[in-house]
Amino acid sequence: MREWRYLLAEQRGTLVAMAIFALMFTIYVANHPAGLTSNVVQTAANKGVLLAFVAMAQTLVVITAGIDLSVGMIMVLTNCLASALVVGTPLQAGLGVIAVLAAGTLCGALNGTIVIYGRLQPIVTTIATGAIYFGLALLIRPFPGGSVHEVLADAMTGKIGGVFPASIAALAAVVALVWVPFSRSLAGRAAFASGSAEQAAYMSGLPIRRGRFLAYALAGLCAGAGGLFLTFFTYTGEAAQVSGSAYTLFSIAAVVLGGVSLYGGRGSAIGAVFGALAFRTIGDMLFVFDFDALWQPLFQGLILMVAVSLGAFGLLRVRNRLDWFR
Amino acid sequence: MANPAIPMPAFLRRADPAVLIAFACILVLLLIGSIYSPGFLTAKYLLQQLKVASFLGIIATGTMIIILLGHIDLSVPWAMTMGAMMGCAAAALGPVGSALAVPFGILCGMAIGLVNGLGVAYLRIPSMIVTLASNAVTQGLMVVYTGGYAPQDAATPAMRFLATGETIPGLPNAALIWAVIGTLAILGLRRSVFGRAVFGIGNSERAAYMSGVGTRRIVMLAFVVSGGLSAFAGTLLAGYASKASQSMGDTYLLPAIAAVVLGGTSILGGRGSYVGTIAGVILVTLLQSILSVMQLPEAGRQIIHGLVIIVMLLLYGRTPAAR
Amino acid sequence: MESHAPLFRMEGVSKSYGGTRALERADLTLRAGSIHALLGENGAGKSTLIKVMTGVVAPDEGVMTLAGRAVSFASPAAANEAEVVCVFQELSLIPELSVADNIVVSNPPTRFGMIDRKAQRLLAEEALARAGASDIHPRALVRDLPLSRRQMVEIAKALARKPRILILDEATSALTASDVDKVFRMLKGLRDEGLGLLYISHRMNEIKELADDCTVFRGGRKIASYPAGSKSDAEVVQMMIGREVSSVYPAKHRPEVAPAPTPAAAPRLELRGLSWADRLHDISFDLHAGEIVGLGGLDGQGQNELLLSLFGVLRGVEGQILVDGKPVALSGPARARETFPGIALIPEDRKTEGLMLPMSVRDNLSFAALDLLSHGGVVDAPEESAAVQRMIELLAIKTSSPDVAVGALSGGNQQKVVIAKWLLRGPRIILLNDPTRGIDIGTKQEIYRLLRRLADEGAAILFYSTDYAELIGCCDRVEVVYDGRIRRELVGEEITEHNLIAAALNIVPAAEGDARGGH
Repeated sequence: MREWRYLLAEQRGTLVAMAIFALMFTIYVANHPAGLTSNVVQTAANKGVLLAFVAMAQTLVVITAGIDLSVGMIMVLTNCLASALVVGTPLQAGLGVIAVLAAGTLCGALNGTIVIYGRLQPIVTTIATGAIYFGLALLIRPFPGGSVHEVLADAMTGKIGGVFPASIAALAAVVALVWVPFSRSLAGRAAFASGSAEQAAYMSGLPIRRGRFLAYALAGLCAGAGGLFLTFFTYTGEAAQVSGSAYTLFSIAAVVLGGVSLYGGRGSAIGAVFGALAFRTIGDMLFVFDFDALWQPLFQGLILMVAVSLGAFGLLRVRNRLDWFR
Repeated sequence: MANPAIPMPAFLRRADPAVLIAFACILVLLLIGSIYSPGFLTAKYLLQQLKVASFLGIIATGTMIIILLGHIDLSVPWAMTMGAMMGCAAAALGPVGSALAVPFGILCGMAIGLVNGLGVAYLRIPSMIVTLASNAVTQGLMVVYTGGYAPQDAATPAMRFLATGETIPGLPNAALIWAVIGTLAILGLRRSVFGRAVFGIGNSERAAYMSGVGTRRIVMLAFVVSGGLSAFAGTLLAGYASKASQSMGDTYLLPAIAAVVLGGTSILGGRGSYVGTIAGVILVTLLQSILSVMQLPEAGRQIIHGLVIIVMLLLYGRTPAAR
Repeated sequence: MESHAPLFRMEGVSKSYGGTRALERADLTLRAGSIHALLGENGAGKSTLIKVMTGVVAPDEGVMTLAGRAVSFASPAAANEAEVVCVFQELSLIPELSVADNIVVSNPPTRFGMIDRKAQRLLAEEALARAGASDIHPRALVRDLPLSRRQMVEIAKALARKPRILILDEATSALTASDVDKVFRMLKGLRDEGLGLLYISHRMNEIKELADDCTVFRGGRKIASYPAGSKSDAEVVQMMIGREVSSVYPAKHRPEVAPAPTPAAAPRLELRGLSWADRLHDISFDLHAGEIVGLGGLDGQGQNELLLSLFGVLRGVEGQILVDGKPVALSGPARARETFPGIALIPEDRKTEGLMLPMSVRDNLSFAALDLLSHGGVVDAPEESAAVQRMIELLAIKTSSPDVAVGALSGGNQQKVVIAKWLLRGPRIILLNDPTRGIDIGTKQEIYRLLRRLADEGAAILFYSTDYAELIGCCDRVEVVYDGRIRRELVGEEITEHNLIAAALNIVPAAEGDARGGH
């Protein structure tokens, strides 16, 4: 087989996600009353980027064959934190940004510690820590409020050179600084390997615990970045349980659309990012076709349902029924 | 070689340390509650708590069966809400609808369970994902149905009677219903073929399948039962509050899982007793009631809830070390 | 051959699992620049020895020295560090990673803290070339490769670690003949470079070709070490078996108890042209009431798949299965157990497929027969207790009470529970997948007697065993499987170790050229 075929096979999930996004975005823009203007792109980008950050966080955990049901709540918590910390002088705001990202990382690290060293199941652990993070968010913001450094916020949600959405650039930077080094490090490989075949990874002498812990911690960082951007867009902090749960749910949909295997070991955050952008575009499709906004939750739920059911096609190829029970 | 049996009374030998801890915690909570408020240990207050616990108890019954299988049901919130809304909606259709309100609500919940069961058992999608998705779809359906406003239909007298009436003077009907469902659950899990299969699948679905048990049918049935119980609790809750509301189910998912897990049911499946779940339900309800007596804000309740689950799980819910 | 100093030495090493002694004061000396073959039956302690050597399990006692220095390995990583590398029998590859990722998995080349993919690729290509598997693309995902290619990747992975000691545990079992040639040349090359190689195989001809030294294990103990070629095959086999065959087995088919099956009677079970995927090819034979038919051959030739297909576990099985002369469609174990007169399968792995270990002996025993022990979906407790008690007595299961968790029983008693839970249904067709693996000799004998009694009572038994002595001692007839086909049918006096091995290795003995081929 030729080289490019292997490349294609490796990146298939990501490429499919890109293709879905390209297709959906084309349909979206073609039917948008304003057409392809930089403002339409900017609005779409800003909405998509929020989900993309959370999807990236979810990917990091899912490749270890885990799940993080607290990503949405980490986002809500960091949103509330940012609305209190990213204010004042540029220096203060800058320190605030660092503090917010550190808090996100800490939340992820706590999840990782409990799951890996406490040996608890990721599902229940993250449901419980999600409640804790939401409680902390409520402590900070019992009522919606706060503010954010406006110059910084406008810069991050505006356009670079009047054309390119700054939020996309920020997203690309996080991908380049977090995902790429992680996926190419030994720890990252250990995280992948433990998700694919933990026993084999152990036998091969890989640093499984370090890899998985790092994956959880970086997931917290990405979710924190999402919370930061949420603040940049809304200028306030709000401890909204509904929005936290929704982001968690959508992150799973984005991850599935992005070709990341829920059984672990396979997938790319870049695919998940495109999955997130595609999911957002599909969700917004209703608006350009003049559907009532009421239909949106149902529509998004159905997309998720269809996306997760697609994986079941692999079952048709199973010839040994014992393979059902892995 | 077989372990030498330790001579102990059967009920102690069978008792899970977790269940004993849970009951001990209940006593401690009762003590704390009585210190905080003199009205805490009165029959009236405790019966009120029992009524509140009954709704959670009915939901936790379904949740427990699913967890025993080694799965999880995250569609509880909207299965409840849908049951409540559809029950009330049926009631608005006249006397026939009114009579069938509760069964219709339960049927809707069973339909959600059927979707979950098909996805988990036949499509082999992880239960967490399927139930999360079906929860979202149900929510979407209800949003479309209500048009985004609080539904106007009221609960039927029958629903109100089931939730708040007293057939036996002094004992709320809700508690009576939980007692019936609980008895069925205890007997069903211990004595029925279905119950045995649930434990078997939870321990090793592979071995259960190789024993000739229709594992997929059992798993599907369990999800249908769980969906139906959630919806039933939803209709009762609507009767309790006189109407259904959008987010009535959101506050029940975590407590239901917490109650089951605190009652010593292994989150990995295959191990647990319904007595433990009863203890867990009472424990969680008392905890909530004390937190509200202490006038702790919602934030504190969420944090304490999360912490309690993590700590209890760390005490006895850990998976065995790799080697 | 010149003599070499010992590279590795193991003295007095023991290891127990639960109550079973897997390794008992084992000694082993491995010279640099030699290939050392390890011989023994299944369960002789070879695998445990390797696990100790590679840090997978910690020994209970004993010392190991490497190049004169005492060593102990806390983990596989530590063993790799000391350049002791094993090609594992259970593949240790990670399916979702590429071939190159797998080959350098624990110690990839890095630049600026990141994995250097170019260097990694070069290392992988070099290792694949050395293993003689240049046909495998380093970018291919392991999960997309067939078993034989995976095994070559496994070998390349071991080579990339630059071992001083290389252990091969049944590493050639899935390879094609041309692969085996390449691997052998490579192994001889490594020997000449001064490595110490430990080679485990069930294939005697491979050992004859490769080994310089041999060590025979039996029942966890070292029986003898000797230079290759200094013992005759008969002596080696005697050391491995270590007992007179037949003394522990019950008498075979006794005509006075049950009349020999007449050709006129329809067979209990009839297989006609069974094929499945690329694992089973055109398998046909009959199984009559009252007889025990063995499945022979090397491990992994399709015996497991054959039994699973007869139990309805496999999808897309071609050919026909007839029970009492009537074709049956088996869609799963649920169907198989209800197909009159009842099919039972004692599965390969009792811990994952046969039992729910944390559940009680009672729950396990009644689990497969709850439909018979219940009325309207409610289990009849007295009936269940009586049935459970009957089975505990029938098989003499050693347990203090039926409420004990089955995982607390010894391996032999666990296996009895697996068998008993099926006997509770009274099946007339019993399929057994290596039921005596890893259990003590006393329990084995009980199982042999039980099988013969069941056959005498009219059951038809299909019995796969990796232990030749068992096939010889127990079976009225043996179907030897090779590469998914019935290679030869051996009946009565023909069932000898020599014939079994010859057929299993697909060798046509010169003297018996005319006797080849069953069906």
